[in-house]
Amino acid sequence: MACGCGLFLFLALSLAGCGRRETRVEIGDREQILYKSNGSEPQELDPDIVTGVSEYHILMSLFEGLVSEDPHDLHPVPGVAERWDVSPDGTVYTFHLRNNAKWSNGDPVVARDFWESYKRMLAPTLASEYSYMHYVVKNAQAYNEGKITDFDQVGYKVLDDHTFQVTLENSTPYFLSLLLHHSWFPVHLPTIRKYGDPYLRGSKWTRVGRFVGNGAFVLAKWRVNDVIVVKKSPTYWDRDRVRLNEIYFLPIESDETEEHAFRAGQVHVTETLPLSKIDFYKKNYPDLLHIEPYLGTYFYRINVTKPPLNDKRIRRALALTIDRESLVADVLRGGQLPAFCLTPPGTAGYTCRTQLHEDIAEAKRLLAEAGYPGGKGLPPIELLYNTLEAHRIIAESIQQMWNKSLGIEVHLVNQEWKVYLDSQRTLNYQVCRASWIGDYVDPNSFLDMWLTGGGNNETGWSNSQYDQLIAEAARTTDPQQRLEVFQKAEAILLDELPIIPIYFYTHVCAQRPEVKGWYPTILDNHPYKYVYLEPNKN
Amino acid sequence: MQQTIAPELPQATPLLREEAGGSLWLDAWHRLSRNKMAVASAVILTVLTLLSVFAPWIAPYSYEEQNLALRAVPPQAGHWLGTDALGRDQLTRLLYGGRVSLMVGIVATGVALAIGVTYGAISGFYGGMVDVVMMRTVDIIYALPFTIFVILLMVFFGRDIRLLFVAIGAVEWLTMARIVRAQVQALQKQEFIEAARALGLRRRRIIFVHMLPNVIGPIIVYATLTVPAVMLLEAFLSFLGLGVQPPMSSWGLMIKDGADRMEECPWLLIAPGVTLATTLFCLNFLGDGLRDALDVRTSKD
Amino acid sequence: MFRFIAKRFLEMIPVLFVIATLTFFMVRLAPGGPFTTEKSIPPEIQKKLEAFYGLNKPLYEQYLDYMGNLLKGDLGPSFKYATWSVNELIWSAFPVSLELGCYGLAIALILGLGAGIVASLRQNSAVDHISMSLAMLGICVPTFVMGPLLVLIFGLGLGWVNASGWDSARDRILPSLTLGGFYAAYIARLARGGMLEILNQDFIRTARAKGASPKRVILKHALKGGLLPVVSFLGPAVADIITGSFVVETIFQVPGLGRFFVTAAFNRDYTMVLGTVLFYAVLIILLNLVVDVVQVWLNPRLRFE
Repeated sequence: MACGCGLFLFLALSLAGCGRRETRVEIGDREQILYKSNGSEPQELDPDIVTGVSEYHILMSLFEGLVSEDPHDLHPVPGVAERWDVSPDGTVYTFHLRNNAKWSNGDPVVARDFWESYKRMLAPTLASEYSYMHYVVKNAQAYNEGKITDFDQVGYKVLDDHTFQVTLENSTPYFLSLLLHHSWFPVHLPTIRKYGDPYLRGSKWTRVGRFVGNGAFVLAKWRVNDVIVVKKSPTYWDRDRVRLNEIYFLPIESDETEEHAFRAGQVHVTETLPLSKIDFYKKNYPDLLHIEPYLGTYFYRINVTKPPLNDKRIRRALALTIDRESLVADVLRGGQLPAFCLTPPGTAGYTCRTQLHEDIAEAKRLLAEAGYPGGKGLPPIELLYNTLEAHRIIAESIQQMWNKSLGIEVHLVNQEWKVYLDSQRTLNYQVCRASWIGDYVDPNSFLDMWLTGGGNNETGWSNSQYDQLIAEAARTTDPQQRLEVFQKAEAILLDELPIIPIYFYTHVCAQRPEVKGWYPTILDNHPYKYVYLEPNKN
Repeated sequence: MQQTIAPELPQATPLLREEAGGSLWLDAWHRLSRNKMAVASAVILTVLTLLSVFAPWIAPYSYEEQNLALRAVPPQAGHWLGTDALGRDQLTRLLYGGRVSLMVGIVATGVALAIGVTYGAISGFYGGMVDVVMMRTVDIIYALPFTIFVILLMVFFGRDIRLLFVAIGAVEWLTMARIVRAQVQALQKQEFIEAARALGLRRRRIIFVHMLPNVIGPIIVYATLTVPAVMLLEAFLSFLGLGVQPPMSSWGLMIKDGADRMEECPWLLIAPGVTLATTLFCLNFLGDGLRDALDVRTSKD
Repeated sequence: MFRFIAKRFLEMIPVLFVIATLTFFMVRLAPGGPFTTEKSIPPEIQKKLEAFYGLNKPLYEQYLDYMGNLLKGDLGPSFKYATWSVNELIWSAFPVSLELGCYGLAIALILGLGAGIVASLRQNSAVDHISMSLAMLGICVPTFVMGPLLVLIFGLGLGWVNASGWDSARDRILPSLTLGGFYAAYIARLARGGMLEILNQDFIRTARAKGASPKRVILKHALKGGLLPVVSFLGPAVADIITGSFVVETIFQVPGLGRFFVTAAFNRDYTMVLGTVLFYAVLIILLNLVVDVVQVWLNPRLRFE
């Protein structure tokens, strides 16, 4: 017993005597090393295979596409391509690649690299989950589905070493912003070939020492669940503009652990912030708190195939009794915006004119009209969500709102993540929580989900007029006209209400003031070549 | 011959009367009732249990009632223990939570005891092939993935809280069985058991009447360790999102919520934490008292 | 004794076989698969993906394939972490959990045995009550409360250590304390209980009456029998400690094996679940074997069956 106490005291004292050490962040500031907490451990570092946001954040440092993004507003700027021409009908893009772009092993980046990369991306055997991003290109979908086998028929052409041409199915005004996505990054086929079949998964070419990329940084260390380190690339064509020497990506899954690490001076930027800490930061560290608009909507899906929710009046009644302002202000408190339509306002210049509103009297009337005055006779409604505190809190609040205003009994069902996804996919729910983050900045990303039989529809809703409008939008060349078509489509969506929009996401995180060149963007993309650390001298 | 014997000898019969009659259990009861700590603990536990049982009648609010205007306020008039992030009264949730936690604790431990003791006693007593098969089965069940097991239970049987007992009991009986088996094996070689065998007593009688009372000591100690383990396992399941779901509350869930907001709202952690600790302390003293009372040898004579 | 050990090794084979089989089918029962994602995949792609991992074959064929590879020691590719095989992941994570586990075990044994034995020697005294109360506290306070509490005090408050991570030597301190403190409490109570059982037996009284010094009484006579319940407890406890604790590893960002046990289940990473389960099973069986051997050594009346 005495030994135990003595040991403990000894330990404690030896720690106390060590005084104040330099924190990791302070070392980083001095040596231009950025520490970023990055959420979950990446599945892979192969751009053609990964699907997640945490992977994307890392890949952005290791690769560069034809087109890069402006750090302020993400508009397309020259990347590997230094300029491009667009044909008058908007279907042919000719990219002129710069002469000095190099891979990390010294090889020059040429047009053929892109051709090979996209051939790999669309190879049916690779089964890449994001291959559909390429479907705007002529015959890409047919090739990916195995309907044609000659890749030369797909709309990619190598005109010469530094000229690459892309032919699209239709004019696609948002095509250049599509190119920012990691599914369009080039990969170095000779390296991949060295370690396995390039058209099959399982090739271990992404290990440290084998990895070859063309970005501002190169892969230096990868310890699973511990850290990924990238170092400034000596071969990157724009390396003189790159000021960071290294970036450490830390896969911290737990929000609480991440926040503690931030306060302890171990990371410069966090991925998110626990719900319970937002007020704390607003009060104590307001200049470290960053709340930025994010391209995403939180909504509820309604299974329209099962009565009584196949009656759109009841769906509308539900939609009109949610006090979104209170949810956002009192429950979420993260600066989110209440959503009265699906597409976030201002997405590529589009703001939906049809808007829902809160109207309890109207909701009651609709419910009565549907045959359930005061909620009498309506069987309890099941509200499904996956296990997460935020979803639970919102569901509980909405449960109360529906109960108080409409007299409807709501049962909350909470399922583990995969079970919940499965239930959604198989339409084994009544109302369920969902969210959608846009892959690219265009209303199409939010609206083409609801096509009849669309893989991400998952509500059983089908409306042929809607389908026609979306197809028409894809064909319309005039940007203003195109947005008008979307207005009509979203109006239908908000009339039939297979979904109930709740709020628009914001990106909440903590960030140290010495991080510069890091601007709020709607996709939370921050091109690292513009980032640097400048501590205040005080 | 001179009369050297004192004229008045104390009667032998009163002494005999005191010793005779009472069975082992009656003796134990007497000893227990003289143990002040154990009695105090039993009283506290009873009070807590009654409070929880009568929660629907004594709780000031309903456990799901939210008051967004009074979010996360510290203890004050009207909310003696404060409120949580959605403005729900903590005192109410503590009372209702007690129903869940105490039930989980008692039932799951009871299940673990019943299965574990019987299993371990049989395995240790019979030895040989029976023992081998039984213990290897324990090994197998022990190694199976618990998280998947819980997920499957919830998928196939819905979100019934009773499943929680099943899941937890299914895990805890294994170690109990091992411990009982080891104790039984040790007892096997003692003389009084060999005597019982020589007398030709039926095996079931030997196990339950002669062996178990002597194994009760470690069993009780381990049972008092199992109850907190069970309650904490329930809290761990809440940590993963698989256990008790709001708006229902349990002490484990409240502690988990409190731990997340330790800095901003310490009252959310203190109330359920102290309650859980008190319960477990009382169980501990009661358990010690029971063990002392039942074990003839540890009491000082 | 060697026959006993050899017999147990032989028994291990059918046990592992049963575990592998049961787990194989258990994981596939749970709804949702490794490739069920929020953004749904076109059906053709999904089919190709599943074909690559053999998930489109009939179940018994997948089972036979898996068992065949298992015999070669190949646990298969991780379904979630596409570039790593299960062998690689376990191989990189286990040493970390082992290191953390050893520190935790050391703390648990030193504190636990120390407190428990001393308390039993001074039964019902102040020392007994205080140390057992502390032990109870250690049992009552869950790791997910203890961990953040320690971080708040020593990491953020006093700034003596980092809040998380596994780089410097100092990073080892808080997770080891959190892990070890928990088991120390259990060991203390079991040790006390076991020692009390022994100390009040006749043969101890005899030794004392014969004039043996207290220390001799404890060391020579009481310890062996008194620690029996602790030894039984330690078998699975050591296996649990060295395969890592999900909670401790999540709170302190330790890249150990413990996290995989839980995350693999949530990710429906079938091969990883099987890999971790089998790894754990082998450890448990070996440790139980050690426990059984030690038990016989401690109690000479037992014999190897």
